[in-house]
Amino acid sequence: MWSSERFRNIVYQIALLSLVGALIGYAAYNLVHNLESRAIAIGFSYLGQEAGFDVSEKLIDYEPTHSYARAFVVGLLNTLFVSAVAIVAASVLGLVVGIGRLSPNWLLRKLAGAYVESVRNVPLILQLLLWYGVLTELLPPVAEAIVLGSAFLSQRGISLPWPTPHAGWWAALLGLFLAVLFAFLWARAVRRRRERAGRAPAVLWPSLAAGVVLPLAGWAVFGAPSELSTPAMTGFGFEGGKTVSPEFIALFLGLSVYTAAFIAEIVRGGILSVSRGQSDAAEALGLSRGQRLRLVILPQALRVMIPPLTSQYLNLTKNSSLAVAIGYPDLVSISNTTLNQTGQAIEAITLMMAVYLAVSLAISGLMNWYNHRVRLVER
Amino acid sequence: MHPPATAHRPFAARSLDWLRENLFSTPANALITLITLALLLWAGSSFVSWAVLHAVWGRADVATCNALFGQGACWAVIADKWRHMLFGIYPQGEQWRSALAVVIFCAIIVLSAMRAFWHVWRLLALWLSGSLLCAWLLAGGFALTPVPTALWGGLPITLMLAVFGTLFAFPLGILLALGRRSALPIVRAASIVYIELVRGVPLITVLFMASIMFALFLPEGVSFDKLLRAQVAIVLFNAAYIAEIVRAGLQALPRGQYEAADALGLGYWQTQLLVILPQALKITIPAQVNSFIDNFKDTSLVIIVSIFDFLYAVRQAVISDLDWRHYFVEGYLFAMAVYWLFCYAMSHYSQWLEKHLSRDHRL
Amino acid sequence: MLKQKTLCRCLAALTLGVAAGSAFAGPTLDAIKQRGTLVCGVHTGLTGFSAPDKTGKYAGIDVDYCKALAAAILGSADKVKYVPLTAQQRFTALQSGEIDLLSRNTTWNSKRDTTMGSVFPGVWFYDGQAFVINSKKNPKVKKLADLNKASVCVETGTTTERNMADYARANKLSFKPVVFEGQEATEKAFQSGRCDAYTTDASGIAAMLVNLPNRSDYTVLPEIISKEPLAPMLRRNDQEFFAIARWTIFALQQAEESGVTQANVLRMKAESKDPAVQRLTGATGEIGKGLGLDADWAVRALQAVGNYGESFERNIKPLGLARGMNALWNKGGLMYPMPLD
Repeated sequence: MWSSERFRNIVYQIALLSLVGALIGYAAYNLVHNLESRAIAIGFSYLGQEAGFDVSEKLIDYEPTHSYARAFVVGLLNTLFVSAVAIVAASVLGLVVGIGRLSPNWLLRKLAGAYVESVRNVPLILQLLLWYGVLTELLPPVAEAIVLGSAFLSQRGISLPWPTPHAGWWAALLGLFLAVLFAFLWARAVRRRRERAGRAPAVLWPSLAAGVVLPLAGWAVFGAPSELSTPAMTGFGFEGGKTVSPEFIALFLGLSVYTAAFIAEIVRGGILSVSRGQSDAAEALGLSRGQRLRLVILPQALRVMIPPLTSQYLNLTKNSSLAVAIGYPDLVSISNTTLNQTGQAIEAITLMMAVYLAVSLAISGLMNWYNHRVRLVER
Repeated sequence: MHPPATAHRPFAARSLDWLRENLFSTPANALITLITLALLLWAGSSFVSWAVLHAVWGRADVATCNALFGQGACWAVIADKWRHMLFGIYPQGEQWRSALAVVIFCAIIVLSAMRAFWHVWRLLALWLSGSLLCAWLLAGGFALTPVPTALWGGLPITLMLAVFGTLFAFPLGILLALGRRSALPIVRAASIVYIELVRGVPLITVLFMASIMFALFLPEGVSFDKLLRAQVAIVLFNAAYIAEIVRAGLQALPRGQYEAADALGLGYWQTQLLVILPQALKITIPAQVNSFIDNFKDTSLVIIVSIFDFLYAVRQAVISDLDWRHYFVEGYLFAMAVYWLFCYAMSHYSQWLEKHLSRDHRL
Repeated sequence: MLKQKTLCRCLAALTLGVAAGSAFAGPTLDAIKQRGTLVCGVHTGLTGFSAPDKTGKYAGIDVDYCKALAAAILGSADKVKYVPLTAQQRFTALQSGEIDLLSRNTTWNSKRDTTMGSVFPGVWFYDGQAFVINSKKNPKVKKLADLNKASVCVETGTTTERNMADYARANKLSFKPVVFEGQEATEKAFQSGRCDAYTTDASGIAAMLVNLPNRSDYTVLPEIISKEPLAPMLRRNDQEFFAIARWTIFALQQAEESGVTQANVLRMKAESKDPAVQRLTGATGEIGKGLGLDADWAVRALQAVGNYGESFERNIKPLGLARGMNALWNKGGLMYPMPLD
């Protein structure tokens, strides 16, 4: 019977299953035993309790009287926010540097190369510590802030003029959103038409026009607010306007600069993967270098670039957890505080890992969907 | 009739040609060149003036540095603190052991880069013997004074975490990769779950788990050393990444290899060990080197669970001594230079290897 | 032979991963005796409480408690293994059995006493949360209310964040917390000017200031916003160990009350006619036996670190802190050793 491969396979699998099961069971037994014998509280009921601590940066309303669960959401949103902003910045910077690495200009090429080589060979956490150190130690104190128009730069971060809340601003934001939606639908309609009729109206100009007109319209209809809140020095710092903390700036700069170096390499690899004939053919059609890059090479390179880009975006999101080293209240930092106040380490750490896992899966799912779409375009 | 122009034209003319071709081919290009040049000159000259011309070199006291603060770098902080930065609080009289461990770890890395060592047994022997030697040097015993792990610190810890982190993650990674491509559904599922679970979370959370949570999963009275727990976390984390690299290598092999092995009547393990893995691993060597670089950089995260690695030692050296507190930039630049040196050398090696291997048709 | 054994242990620890010598079950005290060392969780570096000196040896009042306990139980103050812990690692390190006791300026409060599987044998240091500001940068701040809307640097993993939020709520103030991991990073951020104030236990502030070259630039605000009874922390499963831990505290305080010091303890044992001293030093009575130790347990503890007052003089006085609440009950303080009888 042993000689039957089928039988052996089943035995192997049962063995593996029981080994994994035994390991998990053993750990769980110890855990339950340890917690019970030492009377340690267990369960997620702490999430409903009052958190009692304040958070300095929050995207939603939060007070110390709110629950631990809400504090957790505040941390999660901070993580997602800084990741999203840094992903955009890293992509733009990476694209520029990646194209720069293939520039015909020798100096630019070498400079881009030096950027990539110096940034990606140093641990991110060290870069974060250095950025943060420079921002908080070497910038002037808040009383002697550097004045940039009506913005101020000091070791407390940047204080910018910011619109005072008004329906008009929200309407403008809504207008912008509608414009993006319009551009998306318009591009699709145009593509369909081109496929059927061979000719089609332009995509870029109507979209841009929508992007300008719709927010303006929203702004004007809802009272055309013009009031800006400007930061002013009062007592301990700047009141009014919007203050971006040095923790956020350091994290944002660190993440974008670091990831951009990797994205640049992906862009370079993507462009090099497009066969020389494509570029030659485009040149023969009379396209300029910029047009060749934008219309012929990058769209094709994109297909090669998406899978490695996905993993870079994932890395960036996961790396945002280094925020804890420089005091930005991200998911990890809030979880840590919660863990310390409640003493419920298992729950806090498990929850934190589960959320990162969910975010990772969501991002890779999104990118896979996009990858799939881009692939379909190929004919 | 004319000989190739370049050979006989004077050097100056050839240089001019090069300049025209590479820097001033079009007006736009010329503009880019000028702007870049201006930027470079400005940044470069202020850096050189700070880091070299006005800097304080060698041993000097804080007052000398304070007098030049903001104008010149204070490299004296490195001269004053280098021992603490490199070896942490390892007993002063025994620091030669730390230094020797660093040399051995470096030797392991350099020797592994040589083709002569590219055989499973040689590599294994090299890494095992080197690692054990270092462990003995650091821990003591056998004619050396024992030093508890709580006193270990600095560069040897960083290297140890990276080298052990690869050595032990490798077999696990290979098993996981084979498991993920296995025909057995449960084995495949278990491997996929492990790999995706680990790759989905940041290393920090795994380190937290190891340093804070893990002990509760053990029976009463059994405990792991703190450093060891961080090391295990790094091993388990790396294994998932190594598995994905090995899987890529396995996928790259043509089906014919499997069929040929089948035709010879080899069993699963014989096929894998004798035919598939040697080829698959060879293709993935450049990727493995890159993964080692990532791993090397990632070890710096242990600073968050207060393990005394190189970065921790540097940070402590510059911020715990209040006299030198303002010169943290110099300290961090020193740390950057050390990390950079290691990573740059390895990444260049990996690039060279990639070219070299792709030309190698015997593969 | 012995060295060979240590090497084997190290190798076993590295390869198998289980720290040799600690792999057995049972109450804490048995484990300590069998192992021959006391594993003590301490602060990674807080001057006066526990901080490594240049040679890497830990010193401070929290460390002294570990030494006294090791001397009482194991006969030597050197038989301690120190495990430096961050604020957030400390509780699980204790819960999981990685350490035998936590002597790391930990506040005794109801949550920690009820839901975390731990007990506190007695208060080792009375403290309270205070605020420090840079008076050069903020000359107008004289009291806590003046700090309304200021940013405050706090270390994560302590009771401090919550105390601050509680105080702000009760007094209709608002503070902007900037939370850091680890005390070094928090202090550095405050010193660099990132925050207007830094808050932690008054002793922690004193410990920071004593190391600062420009300490006169800083002012500690008069308000103490919380009660911080700092106490050793043990697992709940060992009554005998708990009794020894508790009576070691009382013995060191009683010694101060009775005038027994590190220098005179042996002479006092032989000569003193004071019944309290006789019982303390084991000349009469059976306190040691009741604790499962020999008669000389307190003598060894005193020989190791001296009485509570001596330990305070050695470790806390250099920070510029007065005895205050930590004086004996008959000198206007709160330290009240239960009678040794």
